[in-house]
Amino acid sequence: MTSELVRLTVAQARRLLDRREVSAIELLEAHLAQIERLEPRIHAFITLTPDLARRQAQAADARIARGEATLLTGIPIALKDNLCTVDAPTTAGSRILQGFVSPYDATVVARLREHDAVFVGKTNTDEFAMGSSTENSAFGSTRNPWDLDRVPGGSSGGSAAAVAAGEAMLALGSDTGGSIRQPAGFCGIVGLKPTYGRVSRYGLIAFASSLDQIGPFGRTVEDIAILLQAIAGHDPADSTSVPVAVPDYRAALTGDIRGLRIGIPAEYRVGGMDPAVEEAIEQALVTLQELGAELVPISLPHTEYALATYYIIAPSEASANLARYDGIKYGLSLPGETLLERYLRTRGEGFGPEVKRRIMLGTYALSAGYYDAYYVKAQKVRTLIKRDFDEAFARVDVIAAPTSPTVAFRLGERTADPLQMYLSDVFTIPANMAGLPAIAVPCGFVHDLPVSLQFMGRPFDEATLLRVAHAYERATSWHTRWPKLAVEV
Amino acid sequence: MRLSREIVDHVAMLARLGLTEEERERMREQLSLILEHVSRIQELDTEAIPPTAQVIALQNVWRDDEIRPSLPVEAVLANAPESEDGFFRVHAVLEQS
Repeated sequence: MTSELVRLTVAQARRLLDRREVSAIELLEAHLAQIERLEPRIHAFITLTPDLARRQAQAADARIARGEATLLTGIPIALKDNLCTVDAPTTAGSRILQGFVSPYDATVVARLREHDAVFVGKTNTDEFAMGSSTENSAFGSTRNPWDLDRVPGGSSGGSAAAVAAGEAMLALGSDTGGSIRQPAGFCGIVGLKPTYGRVSRYGLIAFASSLDQIGPFGRTVEDIAILLQAIAGHDPADSTSVPVAVPDYRAALTGDIRGLRIGIPAEYRVGGMDPAVEEAIEQALVTLQELGAELVPISLPHTEYALATYYIIAPSEASANLARYDGIKYGLSLPGETLLERYLRTRGEGFGPEVKRRIMLGTYALSAGYYDAYYVKAQKVRTLIKRDFDEAFARVDVIAAPTSPTVAFRLGERTADPLQMYLSDVFTIPANMAGLPAIAVPCGFVHDLPVSLQFMGRPFDEATLLRVAHAYERATSWHTRWPKLAVEV
Repeated sequence: MRLSREIVDHVAMLARLGLTEEERERMREQLSLILEHVSRIQELDTEAIPPTAQVIALQNVWRDDEIRPSLPVEAVLANAPESEDGFFRVHAVLEQS
């Protein structure tokens, strides 16, 4: 039987915990029961950590009894398995990290521990976060809780599916080209990619260092705001984290967006878009207008080049970052007669097909004779993409667009054609190229599958994104729907 | 545009990726298609445009050069496939004379 406890928001759970009507242990056990019931069908996790979670829940109960609880004390959270943890393996969805246990915690993990949050497990991901469906995991695919024949999106598909199914109340993921927003959209929950530099990446396994960012998943905008508050802020251990003040994100949830100027980019209506998705987005824009926002037509003329630019820059950075997996320092190591042979065998057998493809692509783009034509050229186009946004944000406060051109696709539908798979990130990649914060919120259903609306904001202005997403959420009821299997008794 | 087999072999060696015969052929097909798609950026005139490597305003980030505790050696080497006397153990790189 499904416990009502797995359907609470963080604020609701907080009230029950603080009034001692429910203990952190009870809250955890309800989630572990949900996990036990649903994991055989969903497979959101690579590693479950029930023993760790029980110890953390006990510590949380003790802290609550002392009257020292924070908003996250005792809240069950799932961690994407590319975030380093000292007390559970970290695989990044790859065979090449076999047996690896990090000697240190990621900063975001350490910060959550300070709250006595509860870690239920490490979630499935496309290998090294390279993918849009979680099908590239070395540990098998995750299924979408709304339809088990469909993908949850990716690469943070495990985190999104876990939260959507009530296996965790919150989750962390990472977003390099849409890997938080697209799965949040496919699974009907809220996901936020913070501004590049807003959240420390110390202990996040690197994919593309000029694009990667850690961010929260939740079932409501307020839940996301609470988790972002806990992880945002400067960290000396990450030299790309920016020392700027972190505002009170919950205070931004005023419900008032009268006069807010929302840019509607002409270029985000591309061919190949599901007309029913387009219709749902149109409806959402009408709602925003009714709430008093002003819709402003804008142009981001270089949008059509963002995908191509991304698939040069991200693989180039990845090919350098993944050079560290050499069979010497950690993980898989296959013997060879010479050092070179060890490298070739370990990397050849340890990496999966998509990771190899991207390493090859990146190595090619960075190699002598092609560097200027591909890598430097892509960096210049990146400048043009960023300038488009700079100009737009001189006129508008946020930009609204679909999160993805389609709803969740079927497992296996796009695995044979890498380019087809890449196209599902066409609307999310530009925010990474420009380093902007962006949030995905549920905005409807098509064939019983969730549709998602994306807002992009000015650098470090997550507060406005949360405000507009929250106002929209309050005016609609999409976020209150649950996948059938998550609530069946 | 179709990548030659020589280029695929050369890039695989640069990347230290041991690929099977079948993988090399598939790579040739797939990379050719992807490169064809990404090559569309060539149509843009970027003569006067500076490249963007990263988007934040920070330039260099310095800290004082103070001695601080590092990660415990045992904890780090616990992950190493082979270690000896507090070091990673690797195959000889230089040949003995």
